[in-house]
Amino acid sequence: MKAARKTGLVFFPAFDWAISETHPEREERLLYTQDQVFEEGILDIDGLVELKPGLATARDVERVHFCVPDPETVTTKSHLVAAGGCIAVADAVLGGKLDCGFALVRPPGHHAMRVVHGARGFCNINIEAIMVEYLRHAYGVDRVAIVDTDCHHGDGTQDIYWHEPDTLFISLHQDGRTLYPGSGFVSEMGGPNALGATVNIPLPPGTSEEGFLTVMDRVVLPILEEFKPELIINSAGQDNHYSDPITQMNFCAQGYARLTEKLQPHIAVLEGGYSIEGALPYVNVGLMLALAGLDYSWVREPDYDPERIRQDAEVGRFIALTCDHLLELRETCEVARRTSLAGPEFVRRNRTIFYDTAGVVENQREMVRVCRDCAGTVSIDSHADTGYHILAIRIPRKACAACVETGWRWFDQADPREYNCIGMQDGQSDLYQVKRE
Amino acid sequence: MLGLDVGGTHTDVVVIHGKEVARKAKILTNQDNLLESVLCGMLEATAGIEPRLIQRVVVSTTLATNAIVEGRLEPVGMVVASGPGVNPASFAIDDHFYPVRGAIDHRGREIAPLRDEEIRDVGRILKAAGIRHVALVGKFSTRNPGHELRMRDLLADGFDTVAMGHQVSGQLNFPRRIATAYLNAAVAPISRRFYEAVQRSMERQGFRVPLEILKADGGTMAQQRSLQYAVETILSGPAASVMGTVAFADPAKEEVVLDIGGTTTDIAILVNGVPLLERVGISIGGYRTLVRALRSHSIGVGGDSWVRVESGALKVGPERKGRAVAYGGPEPTPTDALIALGAETSGHRQRAVDGIQRLGFQLGKGVRDTAEMIVSKTGSLILGGIEHLVREVNSQPVYTIHQLLEGKRVDPRDLILIGAPAKELASRLGAASGWQVRVAPDHEVANAIGAAVARTTCEVTVVADTALGYVSAPEEGYRAAIDRNATEEEIVKLALTLLWNKALRLGADEDDLTMEILEAQQFNMVKGFHRVGRSIRVRAQVKPGLIKTYREIAA
Repeated sequence: MKAARKTGLVFFPAFDWAISETHPEREERLLYTQDQVFEEGILDIDGLVELKPGLATARDVERVHFCVPDPETVTTKSHLVAAGGCIAVADAVLGGKLDCGFALVRPPGHHAMRVVHGARGFCNINIEAIMVEYLRHAYGVDRVAIVDTDCHHGDGTQDIYWHEPDTLFISLHQDGRTLYPGSGFVSEMGGPNALGATVNIPLPPGTSEEGFLTVMDRVVLPILEEFKPELIINSAGQDNHYSDPITQMNFCAQGYARLTEKLQPHIAVLEGGYSIEGALPYVNVGLMLALAGLDYSWVREPDYDPERIRQDAEVGRFIALTCDHLLELRETCEVARRTSLAGPEFVRRNRTIFYDTAGVVENQREMVRVCRDCAGTVSIDSHADTGYHILAIRIPRKACAACVETGWRWFDQADPREYNCIGMQDGQSDLYQVKRE
Repeated sequence: MLGLDVGGTHTDVVVIHGKEVARKAKILTNQDNLLESVLCGMLEATAGIEPRLIQRVVVSTTLATNAIVEGRLEPVGMVVASGPGVNPASFAIDDHFYPVRGAIDHRGREIAPLRDEEIRDVGRILKAAGIRHVALVGKFSTRNPGHELRMRDLLADGFDTVAMGHQVSGQLNFPRRIATAYLNAAVAPISRRFYEAVQRSMERQGFRVPLEILKADGGTMAQQRSLQYAVETILSGPAASVMGTVAFADPAKEEVVLDIGGTTTDIAILVNGVPLLERVGISIGGYRTLVRALRSHSIGVGGDSWVRVESGALKVGPERKGRAVAYGGPEPTPTDALIALGAETSGHRQRAVDGIQRLGFQLGKGVRDTAEMIVSKTGSLILGGIEHLVREVNSQPVYTIHQLLEGKRVDPRDLILIGAPAKELASRLGAASGWQVRVAPDHEVANAIGAAVARTTCEVTVVADTALGYVSAPEEGYRAAIDRNATEEEIVKLALTLLWNKALRLGADEDDLTMEILEAQQFNMVKGFHRVGRSIRVRAQVKPGLIKTYREIAA
């Protein structure tokens, strides 16, 4: 057997790390996946290469996050290996050694936002964003698409790229009215400088293969086609599976493999997925085979019964309407963009963010400079009930002179007596700086 | 103690008395009649020695290896129960490959039953085709061999050899299990005929000890066992050589063993005097197997490598055109360069000089400079091979944070050389690498020494699933009920007991068992936020090493 596409695999099950003994994110999570992957002999396939992960550095983390109080406190070694695993795959793909790759790592990362006060939805740092920003820094990659197929809305990734027009973020997930984190509606389309670069497709409970593939064909693939990314990343959560204990979808291993084949991501990253026996072993094998361009037609769950998980006609109609609505709304982005350019220079939003895993509540006041020439400088005044109060300023990677000037003026003028810490993330000069009293 | 290694060119034999090599013999191998090579070698080395004084006879041959590499295998009917996953058609070895219904999952639960009638039908088809050997393999049969055993019961009558997947290894890897079981069945008849003939001849000569056979992992097994595990004897040659250096190794160092042959150089690593093993199993003739083996890296450069000038650049190997010019060969070789430099004194020196000079003309250099270039190029190819192996060992994936952060890296700085041009190359490799280089004593028969003094080795894998209430080691035919609260400690103890028994069955000496735990993992199995049991996995081995009597004398 020989892979049609040279495929890299980082398999890091972190068999000695758990959030707590019986938490879904525990040592056992990838045990049966390992059994299946080893038994299938996947790692022996010609053209499939197993890579050893390294550890992401504080510098890699701070290119994306403002960690409160610092990266060492909000991460464990396991988080750094998960991010490092993504980087190892990415290095091999961008270095030209491989066509594509899969970082099968844990814990996940897509609920981690720009500011990190602790763990949200089992995530501490955003492993995809850390990888993407590393790639932009190391290889000069510009346009990147992240397609999040985890069952939960990838609100962390959305938050990080909300204002960035060069990063297309598409999330397919179970409707936020029925599942954590409760966001990801069609109307969430990005900040004033990046309208349309965020795409959310909420799906009703009970969506099965048919629904997922419809959304791929009608929405995801055409938008990707239009965006023309240099790189496609798949946040490959596996909790849409019919046997997942914490969601209500009807997706299956065959469906995941087909979706992967359609999407053809350069790099897939494992996110959630907690049916560790009934789903993960089969979904992961299907995904690996599909990535490598190999026959996956024999991959199915032992209890797979297409009749039992057939999609309700009502669910199909709902999905079709959602697609229509989304495509219509996208038509309005250009007008909205023109309107906002004619409006005030600064746009504000206030938010409350709940860290379910860490039990922290954060209040944010965010301000972005509406900019004709770049992604716009952003400031976030963040106050958590842990007592930390920080000011985070981010100058975008391809900032215009005015936004650079604005960012540094905010940083210089901020009064360190008012905050525990004032952070500056200057994407243009790849610099991270803090000031304290 | 008598050790004999049949190689591609030579058959080497030693008789060891105490720690001394009392006799050594090197005869040309007759590839068409390996039996003759074995018997002649034995007779030559033991001439004048009373046969009953020989306490141990270990043989390593290329029999199984040659049969596989040359494709001289008897046809084997493969019956394969795969269940869901990778399409089993991609594992087909030849036309006698029959995927059947029936499936077991990763925890050893039956998810689809075997159909007896389907198996009987396959049996009838195979018999009609004149097939006499079958291999029966199920996915996850190392977690539950039930389907393989049932297939055996249904097919046992009427086939000469019945190999089962769960017997060849406890490791998970279905495609390799298929290949290994296939090879085991395919070489079984050849192996059986051969070793029985050797044993009979030994008896006629008055040898009173059971024959032992060297395996690819540098350990021995009784000839009786090889009837069932013929495949384990493949590629024992490189293992023999490495084992022949162990007595000479530094027990507190990491060392590289270089076996420089005519066509290739084999590279292995000793850590504190113990050779490193392959991660999963050895590959041979395009088959990836689960056969335990010493880890070695072979590169296409040796004493007889073809040296030529291509587009103005000197090239060494990987092809071999024949022997050195100094010995009447057609093309210059690194050996000629050594002879021309006066480092080696045998052979026809003038011919070597002439050969090197021809190359020198093309390079615009004198004989001496050209010969130096060839030797240094050969050395750098070998050092590159060492670097490759070390890098590969160190980039081996790990699955825990502890191993990733604390994982031991090998960083050898010492070299042990064996093989024909070992002495002549030693100082040059030392100068080029800055490493300490030693040539093993009796290095030209290190392989035979290795065979003579290697101890019995083996491995067991034990898996306990306390939620399902069983513990099993299918390789050993062991399965028992287990308490929900069983611990890793108990399973480790059980693994060591099973290992002990297995080693004794293989012919090990009771007070010569150095056992170690290779892996021990314990996972809580959780359902709905409650612990329902534990999954415990333990792998234990008898380390490759030297038999105790020799170890003590040598020390």
